[in-house]
Amino acid sequence: MTLTAKAPQTGSIADEPRYDCRNAYVETLADLARADHRIVGVVNDSVGSSKLDAFKKAFPDRLINVGIAEQDMVGVAAGLANGGRIPFVSAASCFLTARALEQIKADVAYSDHNVKLCGMSPGVAYGELGPTHHSIEDLAWLRAIDNLTVVVPADPVETAAAMRWAAATEGPVFIRVSRMGVPVVYREDHEFVPGRAVTLRDGQDVTLISNGTVLWRALAAAEQLAQEGIEARVLSMPTVKPLDVEAVVAAARETGGIVTAEEATRTGGLGGAVAESVVEHHPARMRILGIPEFAPTGSAGFLLDRYGMSPEGIAESAREVLGR
Amino acid sequence: MPGLTTDEVTMPVLGRLDSSARREDQVAHLAEVARQIRIQDLKLVHHGGAGHIGGDFSAIDILTVLYGAVLDVSPATVEHPERDRFILSKGHVAGALYTTLATFGFLPVEELATFLQPLSRLNGHPNRVKVPGVEANTGPLGHGLPIAVGHALSAKLDVSRRRTFVLTGDGELQEGSNWEAMMAASQHELDSLTVIVDRNRLQQGATTRETNDLDPLDAKAAAFGFSVVEVNGHDHGELLDVLSAVPFRPGKPTFVIAHTHKGHPISFMSNNVKWHHKVPDAEQYQQALDELDALAPDRDARRPA
Repeated sequence: MTLTAKAPQTGSIADEPRYDCRNAYVETLADLARADHRIVGVVNDSVGSSKLDAFKKAFPDRLINVGIAEQDMVGVAAGLANGGRIPFVSAASCFLTARALEQIKADVAYSDHNVKLCGMSPGVAYGELGPTHHSIEDLAWLRAIDNLTVVVPADPVETAAAMRWAAATEGPVFIRVSRMGVPVVYREDHEFVPGRAVTLRDGQDVTLISNGTVLWRALAAAEQLAQEGIEARVLSMPTVKPLDVEAVVAAARETGGIVTAEEATRTGGLGGAVAESVVEHHPARMRILGIPEFAPTGSAGFLLDRYGMSPEGIAESAREVLGR
Repeated sequence: MPGLTTDEVTMPVLGRLDSSARREDQVAHLAEVARQIRIQDLKLVHHGGAGHIGGDFSAIDILTVLYGAVLDVSPATVEHPERDRFILSKGHVAGALYTTLATFGFLPVEELATFLQPLSRLNGHPNRVKVPGVEANTGPLGHGLPIAVGHALSAKLDVSRRRTFVLTGDGELQEGSNWEAMMAASQHELDSLTVIVDRNRLQQGATTRETNDLDPLDAKAAAFGFSVVEVNGHDHGELLDVLSAVPFRPGKPTFVIAHTHKGHPISFMSNNVKWHHKVPDAEQYQQALDELDALAPDRDARRPA
């Protein structure tokens, strides 16, 4: 069992204080920029929504705002990388990934430019604003692109750790940065390792695999299952690509089934990636939880609950997998 | 169609003239280099059985002047952080780019024989990871100009004198991303950036005028904050004078409208929309070779029989 899981201070992870990961994002970006002159921010008018006002004040020349122009934003980032800079593109995930998908594919990933794409407020963070502003398809789209690491951090600690790793590592990366409040899941000294799952809770009966804003919900589901005598393994899977296939196969082999839960489409994201590995290496019973449709009006929390990703809903899926 | 054999790669590596050479010698040299590049590119497309010869021949004079006399980059400095950058936004004329890069020593000339062959690094669109001298993996249109703006921004942040040149097609300017990038170039006063438009007035299957007319292109570029210059894109002297003199206005990026003809100077290809990606048959191939032979400056420089 990995030791970097933080023990809840209260009885349940669900009762812990919640944090907006964008704060960890901007603090870490400023730290990185102070230490390395190559770091620059690139935004599409998204200074406020990315919480970059302080960064702009501290580094006025190093926050490049191309205006409301996502294709240009990603192309400009590729050119900045070509000139030796390390651009962190910060834009609402829905516009960054949908509008500039070809630039992400050709200018960043295929061209192997050292660009860090940071999808702010992903998933259904903009709940009530509706599906135009939801970014639930991003994981499926980006996971299909070669030479792009896709990271979905679960809390402020993991967000900061993933950014530090990305800044120190040559190559294209996509990081989702949540705005919906999440409790701290990791210990402060947690080190992000790409492509590695983290076992936050051990168990042999069933496995819950999750990331991002849904991870704490999976942990809370495991707490509930434990009260019924069901020991659930909880795997944090921050890197959707490359996937920790070994951890998935071990879960399929050693436990009675797998439930995946994510703030993304049910097709092609974390659940899809896990299912591919399970089918190929060790077929097992699975449930894939995610957002199956253009969601109706509602807050992010309401929508996650609605699609079976409340702690109770995830626990129920685990029971289904186990046939209980 | 069998691929080009190494024996058929006959192009001499002509290289650059010393920059202290007289202008008339420079221009004569560039004209001959461009002619040799066309001969080789014609072979690539004929033997490779594919390619975009119309656009290749439209752009070759521009590529020749850039690599032959303007860009501060050489095979020795191809990885140097302070090199000038050239981004070929119209990536489908990769054949012309590869031939130009080989001419100036970035690639082994013999390797041109692998163009479009299985597992060759010389595919139909350039790859910076695999091919020395390529700065961006282009092909989808409207990508080069934003990348060039990003590079010019990096140079500005570095307070560097390195320059950025990008060659776009004219039909390609129908992609909105170019205009996004032009707004940013002007906003950031990127006078180290030069956009060259290969203004051949033809796109894949029709004229630009019949499709989405770009005119008045000069006024549009000026309205977007560029300093605009028009040149004959097949006149090596004009190209040399203009591209060596940029920027024309401090604080303004440069927009060079290079008036060209697709398929230039081959009689049956020139300005003919059918030659966007048509492959010359044996008879057409021979005729094109003969026409290029006839342009040789003297008998000694002619292609070996």
